[in-house]
Amino acid sequence: MAKQPIITVKNLVKKYDDFTAVNDISFEVYEGEIFGLLGPNGAGKTTTLEIIETLREKSSGEITVDGYSIDNDTDAIKKRIGVQLQAAGYYPNLNLSELIDLFSGLYGIDKSPKEMLEKVALTEKAKAKYKDLSGGQKQRFSIATTLINDPRIIFLDEPTTGLDPQARRNLWDLIRDIRDKGTTILITTHYMDEAEVLCDRVAFIDGGNVIGIDTPDNFIDKLVATGFDRKKEVKSANLEDVFINLTGKEWRPE
Amino acid sequence: MSDKKSYSNLKATLAIARASFTSIIRSPSAVVFSLAFPLIFIVVFANIGDKAVSVSVGLAKTSDTTNVIFKTLKSVKMVNLITSESTAEMEKDLSKGSIDAIIDIQKTPAFNAPTPGNAGNYQTPIPLKAPLAVNVKYTKASQKGGILRSVLNNILYNINSLMTPNAPSIAKVNETTISGREYKYIDFLLPGMLGFSLLSSGVFGTAFVFLSLRITLVIKRFFATPVKKSSIVLGEAIARLIFSWIGALFIILVGHFFFGFTLIHGVVTVINMLILSALGLIVFMGFGFIISGLAKNESSVPPIANVITLPQFLLSGTFFSTSAFPGWLQHLSDILPLTYLNIAMRNVAFEGASLFDVTHQLLILGVWFLVVYGIAVKTFRWE
Repeated sequence: MAKQPIITVKNLVKKYDDFTAVNDISFEVYEGEIFGLLGPNGAGKTTTLEIIETLREKSSGEITVDGYSIDNDTDAIKKRIGVQLQAAGYYPNLNLSELIDLFSGLYGIDKSPKEMLEKVALTEKAKAKYKDLSGGQKQRFSIATTLINDPRIIFLDEPTTGLDPQARRNLWDLIRDIRDKGTTILITTHYMDEAEVLCDRVAFIDGGNVIGIDTPDNFIDKLVATGFDRKKEVKSANLEDVFINLTGKEWRPE
Repeated sequence: MSDKKSYSNLKATLAIARASFTSIIRSPSAVVFSLAFPLIFIVVFANIGDKAVSVSVGLAKTSDTTNVIFKTLKSVKMVNLITSESTAEMEKDLSKGSIDAIIDIQKTPAFNAPTPGNAGNYQTPIPLKAPLAVNVKYTKASQKGGILRSVLNNILYNINSLMTPNAPSIAKVNETTISGREYKYIDFLLPGMLGFSLLSSGVFGTAFVFLSLRITLVIKRFFATPVKKSSIVLGEAIARLIFSWIGALFIILVGHFFFGFTLIHGVVTVINMLILSALGLIVFMGFGFIISGLAKNESSVPPIANVITLPQFLLSGTFFSTSAFPGWLQHLSDILPLTYLNIAMRNVAFEGASLFDVTHQLLILGVWFLVVYGIAVKTFRWE
């Protein structure tokens, strides 16, 4: 179980004119894990992600992705990663099949739309337009586009924001499934319950700095060891469990 | 790049072209602007343009103007006598049909027996008794010669009937018909509509597409793939060009088969027009690139785009010839790129000019290309 780093970020800094978005961040993502970047809005999560994705210039620091340096191998990196952007749209007036064809062309490969849509259970929506999909379907389609080039790593920026509990659980299953097939996943989220059940390791980021990296279990154990106790008595279920229990766990076709 | 498979820019470009083309034909505004509008204008204006019942008659420089026939002809409202043009201009206009006939009234010399040389000029000898000879030259380019013919017959009949019953006819009419092609309003209108359709598709279409791809982060998502920027621009341009070609072909064919639009060398003319369309579209797309960079959101596109398209719509000889404008306005027309595309298009379609014959117009479009893309490179934004 030698853990092999697939992404290495060393002393990453991103400065805008009068504002430092990322201030000396370092972390490693191991091959085959789901790694969570956690932190409040404006902490620098998306900026960090987009620099690794080669979409943004860094101010300083060193990043390697699957052995390639971000400084001079961006094309090689782009071929090895799949990217889901927060709030990105898709080419207007095209249906899902046509969008998959478009992305296949952009990656210079041939992939059948049916095969890709099957992976995210959207085959029956092949002729639908992206804008007519439900929130959960949109996110699943976005994930399908990240898988077209059989990437080594995929980046998911707040994929579950705005989804209902069923769609969220459905997406977790999909993400775990992708990880189990050998793809490394770097994900950002605001939901700590999500990070707890989904991520193998997490990094907390605040004010452009990493303030801790560990497994969710270790973080919790360490906090408890300091004598921390929840104010409210912990029940063996929460309100979301009630929601799922009452409305059913299976994901609903919206 | 140490990759096993080499990445194909062509494949990416074509994928974008196909996606963009599909998107264009599914967008109602593109179809309406490029196909329906020009067609509606053609139907409406082509019908209005042909309704005027007047016949333009050039008066030959050599014509006698003191005789009774001329004076009567002058008073007929239906007849529009043209005296200002030179003989050469008149002949040219006659062959185009923008003048319907040329009339030359002569007093018969000495009212006598014809000299041998004189007689040889006419197929039938001048009757001895007629004091006037009315020489009329008609053209195959115009159907309105018949109007003049009946007007003349009428005048002669009336004058003759005022005289004693047995008196000889006052004049003998000599008719000739030259061959020529009719320059119909559709021959003027259709190239103008085509030019305008290219202008609006190039400017509005390009501006909207690149702005919305930028705002909705579609382009940003593209940049997470190995695609080159040049592939994105080229793919979009190819899609728009193919769409514009289909639109142009549609307009030309409808114009030709339903409105008698003249295609002097047939298929060759159509191909030349499509090449001109491509060159025009490329220049006009440059304006679209500039606008997409300047506009902050989609609602700021139309005002800027209209500033570019409307003056050209009105001043580039789309509906009527710029020669009707006052001088200062003509100078403005002489700057606009659409003016030159229209002139080149008309010369190719009607005069049968080759692309080499319109190099002057193409050079001016070339200057516009350099200016427009020089600015576009500065203003265009990817994100």
